[in-house]
Amino acid sequence: MKLLPGPLRRRNGATKEGAKVDGRQRQDELVREREKEAEKKRRKDALLEIPIQTIGWLDERTGGGPFLRGFLYRKVPRGTNWFYTLGSATMFAFVSQAVTGVFLAMYYRPSATEAYPSVQHITNDVFLGEFVRGMHKWGATVMVVLIFAHMGRVFFFGAYKYPRELNWIIGVVLVVLTLMMALTGYLLPFDQRSFWATVVAVNLNSSGPIIGPYLADFLRGGAEFGATTISRFYAIHMLLIPGLIAALIGAHLYLVAKLGTTAPPWLKAEKRRELAQEEI
Amino acid sequence: MPGAFEGETVTRRAFMTGGVLAAGGIATAAFTLPALGFALGPVFSRTEARNWQDVGAEGDFNPLTYTSAVTTIDPYTGETGKTTVYIRRRDPSRDTAKELLKYPYVAISTRCMHLGCPVRYVQASERFICPCHGGVYLFDGTVAGGPPVRPLDRFETKVQNGRVYVGKRFSLNSKLEKFKPRDPSNHLDGVWQYIYPSRPTT
Repeated sequence: MKLLPGPLRRRNGATKEGAKVDGRQRQDELVREREKEAEKKRRKDALLEIPIQTIGWLDERTGGGPFLRGFLYRKVPRGTNWFYTLGSATMFAFVSQAVTGVFLAMYYRPSATEAYPSVQHITNDVFLGEFVRGMHKWGATVMVVLIFAHMGRVFFFGAYKYPRELNWIIGVVLVVLTLMMALTGYLLPFDQRSFWATVVAVNLNSSGPIIGPYLADFLRGGAEFGATTISRFYAIHMLLIPGLIAALIGAHLYLVAKLGTTAPPWLKAEKRRELAQEEI
Repeated sequence: MPGAFEGETVTRRAFMTGGVLAAGGIATAAFTLPALGFALGPVFSRTEARNWQDVGAEGDFNPLTYTSAVTTIDPYTGETGKTTVYIRRRDPSRDTAKELLKYPYVAISTRCMHLGCPVRYVQASERFICPCHGGVYLFDGTVAGGPPVRPLDRFETKVQNGRVYVGKRFSLNSKLEKFKPRDPSNHLDGVWQYIYPSRPTT
């Protein structure tokens, strides 16, 4: 009897004297029932508290709460519209490129003799390889299109003006870095198209007077386009520029949060008309 | 605060600040400068001149058309380290450029002088044609049309024991005067020869 766990054990005399249960016993049972339910509720509440407590624990130790509140709940001007999402869209494209790029690097081999076979392996054999490579390849184009759309939005809305000039400059550097990513990534499949397209790109650099040929030597990693070129492009594409882009995106976002966004230009025009009417 | 004690010229605080900055600067430079040199090294290095490469017997070539031969420009990169050279025997009636008389064979590089794509020889029109941006060259490698800035590069040639050998690359201006090798897209006529430095190449 004692070996059985509690719930399976018969209560003392529960069956034998079942008919003779008096009112007091029944009341006890009801109290016990109620206690059980209260305990259940307590446990549920405690469970729900866990995420809040975790956030509280982090907040107490980082002091990040006010910063995040200021960043996420900042006021936006009237007239903010869908064009204002192009910057976030570009950043999302970058994050997607970073994630797919890291996973492509697990199968890619950056050498003149092995790059092409390894890309074929990714495309033809690896599970979902064609899909991940496709996302990276088309995502590159998407990112370039989005970053220029974002730049156009900022330009035509006049959002580059005082006090946001520095953010415009950081943005221009990000455009240049994005195009450098597009250039260095184009060589990596090392097929005929990417090989000769990059030969052309490097020779474009060498058409600059005096320093051009030296610049081409730097890009090729020597006199000839070959093994050193692809590992050099891979290191630039994989390590150097992504780090710079991530750091500059951080600075870009900081300034956006610090300075806020601008209202679309047509709102100012409306206001001026009202003022003009008042003056009349 | 100079003057905490007699003859003091630099405060303790300024000295410590300077010391920390100097130490940090030296430590950063100690790994940055070698790394930069490592990355920029190829710009300053001289590559070895290309060895003479055997491309075939004398009988394989004639003065009327080009025969292609494959040579190695970089032995460490497999197929991508090889290139095609178009070769024909010198035709004394056609090839009269003074500086090139000493070469018994005409060996033309396939590197297009616009931006470096590989040109292909078409016998029917006696022209070299580039697939990338439409550069066209005449039979002797001078520009017939399109964007190329100078005639196709050539290689030195010699004959030894009945075999034809192809050697170092050289560049030509539009008068077929010989120059040290230049990158594609570099003009060579007039003052341009001084504006674009020659770089080691194979």
